[in-house]
Amino acid sequence: MVSRLVANIIYLHRHMKNSSLITLIKKEFLSEWRQRYALNGIILYLASTIFVCYMSFNLKVGIIKPITWNALYWIIILFTATNAVAKSFIQESQGRLLYYYSLVKPEVFIISKTIYYGLLMIVMALIGLIFYSFVMGNPVQDLPFFLVVVAFGSLGLSSALTMVSAIASKAPNSHTLVAILSFPTLIPLLLIVIKLSKSALDGLDRSGSIDEFVTLLAINVITFTLSYLLFPYLWRS
Amino acid sequence: MKKNWWKILAIALLIYTILAGMLLDVPRLSILNETIRNQHFHVTMWFGMIILLTGSMVYAIKYLSSGNLDFDDKSIALANSGILFGVLGLVTGMLWAKYAWGDWWSGDPKQNSAAICLLIYFAYQILRNSLTDEQQRGRISGVFNIFAYAAMIPLLFILPRMTDSLHPGNGGNPGFNFYDLDSKLRVVFYPAVIGWTLLGVWIAELKLRSKRITRALED
Repeated sequence: MVSRLVANIIYLHRHMKNSSLITLIKKEFLSEWRQRYALNGIILYLASTIFVCYMSFNLKVGIIKPITWNALYWIIILFTATNAVAKSFIQESQGRLLYYYSLVKPEVFIISKTIYYGLLMIVMALIGLIFYSFVMGNPVQDLPFFLVVVAFGSLGLSSALTMVSAIASKAPNSHTLVAILSFPTLIPLLLIVIKLSKSALDGLDRSGSIDEFVTLLAINVITFTLSYLLFPYLWRS
Repeated sequence: MKKNWWKILAIALLIYTILAGMLLDVPRLSILNETIRNQHFHVTMWFGMIILLTGSMVYAIKYLSSGNLDFDDKSIALANSGILFGVLGLVTGMLWAKYAWGDWWSGDPKQNSAAICLLIYFAYQILRNSLTDEQQRGRISGVFNIFAYAAMIPLLFILPRMTDSLHPGNGGNPGFNFYDLDSKLRVVFYPAVIGWTLLGVWIAELKLRSKRITRALED
């Protein structure tokens, strides 16, 4: 553990001068790769949740209607995201955060975290989708559009959750706080995403979903901008 | 006395709202009939809530940029009275829905959004109460306040408009949108909004003053 930390710090020092943003994202990947048990944990969490849903629905492919299929998928993704992203700040020790503080600007730090967790969540959502389709069937008619919605939905979830986890990590009961702070704030995003992916499921004409898609992008931009603007104030404490 | 004119105005406007709202003639619309009078209470309380929560958000920004704890006190006091009006707005709405739609809760998009909005602000309270250091509490809850406000806007103003709602003015129901807000309703509606908002500010001010006294006693 200690050697890992030292290696991390040396790595950061060596590369920080070039481009701090890319280095920080690299560092996130590196530390995730070194703690593969955490990554595998998330994947297993995803798989077990999907399996629980599958078992609860009588072990038959195609028994549930597309609307339930869709809602269930997003609920699974929401819980996985909460678990995967919640640790982004809570797992970092105070000392290490202080160390980053002395090296980089807070804006760079939050952007790197958001990008990293955005990518992680896209991958998780795809793995989830494959496994979910495997056991529950795949009624999606417009798959490319569904994947685009999944990508932007995961980005939105992870950027909001990164910020909420940064807020919650300052309080003592942070794990409960992540859930109660993020679920209500994520509902607008989830409603839009569920609506969009339902249109993709039914294979509706894409031009009919433009309004909702623009709203989804707008929510993503707002969350990202707010994290960028507000994070420096959290950082100071 | 000079400083208290707005309190007298608040009382006068609210007495006027109650009397005029109950007694003045209202337009006859199908379905709504006499229940249209509820808009002087339910809709105006929501307006008051949004104004109060906006004020709370503005003070959160002011606190973050200055670090003056007085702004944080103002922010939480306004948020509290905003929550109070949110709850009252929800209750008056449910009471009306019982008679207009036949059920306390019909799963209407606007009802759901209102409930979620209250959940967000209850979470804000929990977050505040779980932090002990004053400066830290102000900063973190200020950040969440702004974040929550940004989440509340699409929830209340964009999402309900994307689906059909049972609410008057939506989905072909007879309504009192701004465009067809009858002038008979307007004479009560706008004074009522101002009245409820001033009452909310008054409650917030009382809380703020007791907070200041506690703080002075502690020092």
